[in-house]
Amino acid sequence: MKVLVTAKRVIDPYVKVRVKSDGTGVETANVKMTINPFCEIAVEQAVRMKEAGIVTEIVVVSIGALQCQETIRTAMAMGADRGILVETAGEVQPLAVAKLLKAIVDKEQPKLVIMGKQAIDDDSNQCGQMLSALLGWPQATHISNVTINGDNADITREIDGGLEKLAIKLPAVVTADLRLNEPRYVTLPNIMKAKKKPLENIKPEALGVDIAPRLKTLKVEEPAKRSSGTKVADVKELVAKLKNEARVI
Amino acid sequence: MAILVIAEHDGKQLKPGTTNTITAAGKLGGDVTVLVAGHQCAEAGTVAAKVAGVAKVLVADAPHYEGAVAENMAVLVLGIAKNYTHIVAPATGVGKNFMPRVAALLDVQQISDISGVDSADTFVRPTYAGNVMMTVQSSDPIKVITVRATAFDPAGDGGSAVVENLPAAADAGLSKFVGQELTKSARPELTAARVIVSGGRGMGSAENFKILDALADKLGAAVGASRAAVDSGFVPNDYQVGQTGKIVAPELYIAIGISGAIQHLAGMKDSKVIVAINKDEEAPIFSVSSYWVVADLFKAVPEMVAELG
Repeated sequence: MKVLVTAKRVIDPYVKVRVKSDGTGVETANVKMTINPFCEIAVEQAVRMKEAGIVTEIVVVSIGALQCQETIRTAMAMGADRGILVETAGEVQPLAVAKLLKAIVDKEQPKLVIMGKQAIDDDSNQCGQMLSALLGWPQATHISNVTINGDNADITREIDGGLEKLAIKLPAVVTADLRLNEPRYVTLPNIMKAKKKPLENIKPEALGVDIAPRLKTLKVEEPAKRSSGTKVADVKELVAKLKNEARVI
Repeated sequence: MAILVIAEHDGKQLKPGTTNTITAAGKLGGDVTVLVAGHQCAEAGTVAAKVAGVAKVLVADAPHYEGAVAENMAVLVLGIAKNYTHIVAPATGVGKNFMPRVAALLDVQQISDISGVDSADTFVRPTYAGNVMMTVQSSDPIKVITVRATAFDPAGDGGSAVVENLPAAADAGLSKFVGQELTKSARPELTAARVIVSGGRGMGSAENFKILDALADKLGAAVGASRAAVDSGFVPNDYQVGQTGKIVAPELYIAIGISGAIQHLAGMKDSKVIVAINKDEEAPIFSVSSYWVVADLFKAVPEMVAELG
């Protein structure tokens, strides 16, 4: 079966993010970018399913500036077969992302879409759910395991109190949580091979999707700082402070 | 303004976060209706009716709402959505799962995880692991919102809302709830605990992680973990505190062997008092700590247990 995976280009999670001095957004110039960690887990899952003989083709999609081609090449170096970049300028909010992906799914007809549960920049956690809603497909979010049984999938989801088991029909959209797998490191030969894989570049207009933002950003600012604390010498002093000063125990 | 709050519950009680969400809904100005959907959940409906600020409770009781299956929840909410200006739920595992589905079917851009209400259409939400606060204004006719519970106080008792039954919508038949394996613990839930004891990579192993139990027992605390500890397989994912785990803000948060990656700080930096025990003098966790000790945790934790008597 064919699988579609998504890969968002985000600021590297280990970079300290800074708000632009004019308060209009986040500084991205000369900042290290990477594939969203949860998208990486999604790509890894697709590749493992291909290695297990369940999946025949992996199509990776990214939405954003031309530089997202690098993110697509990363996914290809991991094992994706083919890439599609929907090239956009400016902000694309989750609903618009879901609509663009729906248009691509309509064209590509995959049996399964695997996405990251959340992008670590916007932290919205919406796109997978929205895509499955627009397609009228089942969804399984925050998954830690997926087993394909013909036209069905058995899912284990991470929930607040533990784990949940779900049985869903295919086609479906699933979103990857942390424990689904541990993504592989890409090797140099695979990076070279990825450069030769096909990568299509399309514009939102060609998909007939209006991507105008619905949310207007009025203000972007850093959160209030915590007042600085106190280093204590040992556990005895710590417990005394908690009892007598902070009065929390 | 007419506001629909979708409750999270276990059939009998409201789950932590729901009453905080009712407080957030109250700030929008308007009548608050609470929807309790589930299987055999009438009791939770009665509880919701007693929460201050609630005007009406709708109870939808059917087998296919067990486990709050997203596809069925979305169809149910969609059926009554046009009666409301705002549809609001806690940004918990359950709310995150079904709310974007509701938003997409209404052709609305959801506003996730709000920590502030500026007006009926303008909200503050944390992004980039809580390092960037965005104030956003929605132009959609219905606002679909999830709420960061720790940013709002829980609503108290004192309500006497009317309770009505809402007929169940048809089963969407797309997915089936098979069951849950809940982590069994006599301790409080992470998101409701007054005190949390959390361990990180410094704990070294699943076996070592258990030394936190004695400290948690002394303090009546919940036990949490950093993503590094979950990644290393010391504890299950439902222990995870952080950007992509649980957001907590207890009275006292004790971080043990946690270096303090921004992704972890995102989940706990609004705690009232933060304590860190770490052997690394330079651990970033100290920058948000109220008190910290530079010490070997394998000595410090038993000492602390003894000190607490």
